[in-house]
Amino acid sequence: MLRFTLNRLLLMIPTFVGLTLIAFVFIRLLPGDPVLLLAGERGMSPERHAELMAQFGFDQPYWRQYLDYLAGLVQGDFGSSFSTKRPVIEEFMARFPATLELSICAIVLASVLGIIAGIVAAVRRGSWFDQLTMGTALVGYSMPIFWWALLLIILFSSMLGWTPVSGRIGLMYFFPRQTGFMLIDSLLSGERGAFTSAVRHLILPTVVLATIPLAVIARQTRSAMLEVLGEVYMMTARSKGLSPVRVVGLHALRNALIPVVTTIGLQVSVMMGGAILTETIFSWPGIGKWMIDAITRRDYQVVQGGLLLIALFVMIVNLGVDLLYGLVNPRVRHD
Amino acid sequence: MKPIQLFTTTALLTLGLAAAAQAQTLVYCLEGSPEGFDPAPYTAGTTFDASSHAVYDQLITFAPGSTDTVPALAESWEVAEDGMSITFHLREGVQFQTTSYFTPTREMNADDVIFSFMRQIDKDHPWYAYAPGIAWEYADSTGMTSGVSEIVRVDDHTVRFELTRPDVTLLSAIPMDFGSILSKEYADQLEAAGTMERLNTHPVGTGPFTFLDYQQDAVIRYETFQDYWNGAQPIDNLVMSITIDPGVRQQKLIAGECDIIPYPNPSDIASLQDNSDLTVMQQEGFNVGYLAYNTQQPPFDNPAVRRALNMAINQDAIVEAVFQGTGRAAVSPLPPTSWAFNADLPAHVYDPEAARAALEAEGVAGLSMKIWAMPVQRPYNPNARRMAEMIQADFAAVGVEAEIVSMEWGEYLAQSGAIDRDGAVLLGWTGDNADPDNFLGVLLGCDGVGSNNRAQWCDESFDSLIQEARVTADEAARLEMYREAQEIFADQAPWFTVANSIVTMPMRANVHGYVQDPLGMHRFLGVTKD
Repeated sequence: MLRFTLNRLLLMIPTFVGLTLIAFVFIRLLPGDPVLLLAGERGMSPERHAELMAQFGFDQPYWRQYLDYLAGLVQGDFGSSFSTKRPVIEEFMARFPATLELSICAIVLASVLGIIAGIVAAVRRGSWFDQLTMGTALVGYSMPIFWWALLLIILFSSMLGWTPVSGRIGLMYFFPRQTGFMLIDSLLSGERGAFTSAVRHLILPTVVLATIPLAVIARQTRSAMLEVLGEVYMMTARSKGLSPVRVVGLHALRNALIPVVTTIGLQVSVMMGGAILTETIFSWPGIGKWMIDAITRRDYQVVQGGLLLIALFVMIVNLGVDLLYGLVNPRVRHD
Repeated sequence: MKPIQLFTTTALLTLGLAAAAQAQTLVYCLEGSPEGFDPAPYTAGTTFDASSHAVYDQLITFAPGSTDTVPALAESWEVAEDGMSITFHLREGVQFQTTSYFTPTREMNADDVIFSFMRQIDKDHPWYAYAPGIAWEYADSTGMTSGVSEIVRVDDHTVRFELTRPDVTLLSAIPMDFGSILSKEYADQLEAAGTMERLNTHPVGTGPFTFLDYQQDAVIRYETFQDYWNGAQPIDNLVMSITIDPGVRQQKLIAGECDIIPYPNPSDIASLQDNSDLTVMQQEGFNVGYLAYNTQQPPFDNPAVRRALNMAINQDAIVEAVFQGTGRAAVSPLPPTSWAFNADLPAHVYDPEAARAALEAEGVAGLSMKIWAMPVQRPYNPNARRMAEMIQADFAAVGVEAEIVSMEWGEYLAQSGAIDRDGAVLLGWTGDNADPDNFLGVLLGCDGVGSNNRAQWCDESFDSLIQEARVTADEAARLEMYREAQEIFADQAPWFTVANSIVTMPMRANVHGYVQDPLGMHRFLGVTKD
């Protein structure tokens, strides 16, 4: 297990270097001069343009810019934002807890509901519940996030007044941020009602972000369960007189979980994409909106740094998923 | 505790709680995140709303709801007879805000003014490059960098700006956001602590609101500055809740989570106006959208051809379809809210038959041209593609074939300024300050050919009026020059002036005293809530 973990960690190094190149090239492939965009309609003289290009280092050949970037990365320097003039790592760390908190809530919701719905649909295959669940999953999977979010806001926030429209906590709560995770900070603040407010603010964005992963997980669980339930050893288990709960919960589910865990791991990276839209609609101060703005402004350092840090996070999640395999099924335990 | 003591304590507690409960908080739902809190290196209105309009003051400012300038931190000023210097007499007794990170020990004085400007002008100033990649765009583009040689401290409350050339338009740049006055004492403290970058994250100014906290991309909090030189504000707290999506901003306003929102969706304005819980204010924006011909290329070098093409355009239909009630037909390059706007200019005449005849009279037949459509939405043009298509159809009706071209925004800006550009360009401008030169000089002066003058139009009589107005201190004389310049523009038609946008500000009905600013700033001076 230790060797496997170390191997995977070592493999992450070339992957990371490859990603630096992709991130570097990606933003430069987009047409548009960041200095001209900065000036907007006002424009600037060619002299001023040249001066600023030199100041930001954009006048250097690409290979030189890339090597300088790599040299900075080795020292933990992801550069500074072209727009805010602040270090990229600082900007990322200020926003990432918000995205992480939302993503964790969404993936937990999607996994719990998805797995339960998938199991029940598989056990009662062909029943009205199976058809309703899978039909809803298909609708959920095809739902345009933006439209879905606005629909929920209009219904639950504007018409019924049950949930707040957007934000992370009510504006009346004002306390120092200790962890960046609003649920934890609101508890630590000791302010009455702060935690409830944070939970209420999380409901709609979590539901929206969880919608597509929930549909995918439910469908995956159902098909994996159906496959396992048809195996001979399941018949053996039943014929031994084991209770249906033990047959499904212990024997079938444990084997069916391997592809489901893989799917959940993959959904984390999908969720990073979904977070961009969800965060924009719900004014959720995470990295999604930050990246979109940076791409629009051709803020090279932010796009490069942001992509790398997100990729690093996804790689770590994937490593965690690989390690989880061993826990859910002894047959794939690594030595 | 004796009954009387218990009663008094309870009564005092109740009163205290009641006072706290009545603390008035105004929530403004800002449309984006500020780039920083030092306004000078930036050009975005969102950044200015969060920094200079709340926390800082300038030497001179704009009167609420007007483009007229009034004294602010400078009580008076005078331009030297030779036009080579401007002297400002500073207000006495102006306090800087006390925050959790800075306690001022002195009042605002000449040192603060010199620091605030010289850090942008003097390349050797220790604050010139205090953050990576910092640039002073407005100081450069308004000519402050090249126009001011030195700022002299005459005494504690008098400063003299020594100029490199006579230029009264520099005075118009003083009320701009980059002219905000920062505390030198605070800057010195940050420099000594080696934390200069905090100047851009933890602001200290003399303005109406004291900065409390910024939660990245979420909320900015301010409290009323009780010692504000112009009197404490009636609200206790100002909160800017960052809400990017216009649809969500509208829902928050309806749900009472925002008190005021900027930039609603044009298609939602009618429903907002129908909502009795809301008040919707509207005003012409300080901008103009235009179609600029390339006047250096035939047949567009012929004013008669340009006039004929203009006559072919159905301006009212465009304004209605593209702006959906949030624009009005423009007749001048200056917006109607400008003090130099010439209201006597002839209204646009839409007459395709006359246009066709005029083109024939000029020997223009089978003309094909390009129309450049911007790839982005701007306040002066919410849908350039649609606008270009409508103009294309209008031109087709008089026998002119137009092809619509577009490209990435940065490229568009760069290539549309080229002298040999092929085609007419859709673009626009939002005023930086109230000076008419900011429109007429920047966009139509001979200096701008090859860059901001997208019509590549250099008319001697027009340009000499603009140049003369730049060095004329007498406002009445300047007004006459600008009026005449607009008449020349109308006659020569280097552009088709499309529209001025109408700025809409919806707010809760219990918000009072908000004054819309013609320059598009969002300030909350004197605003109250029931």
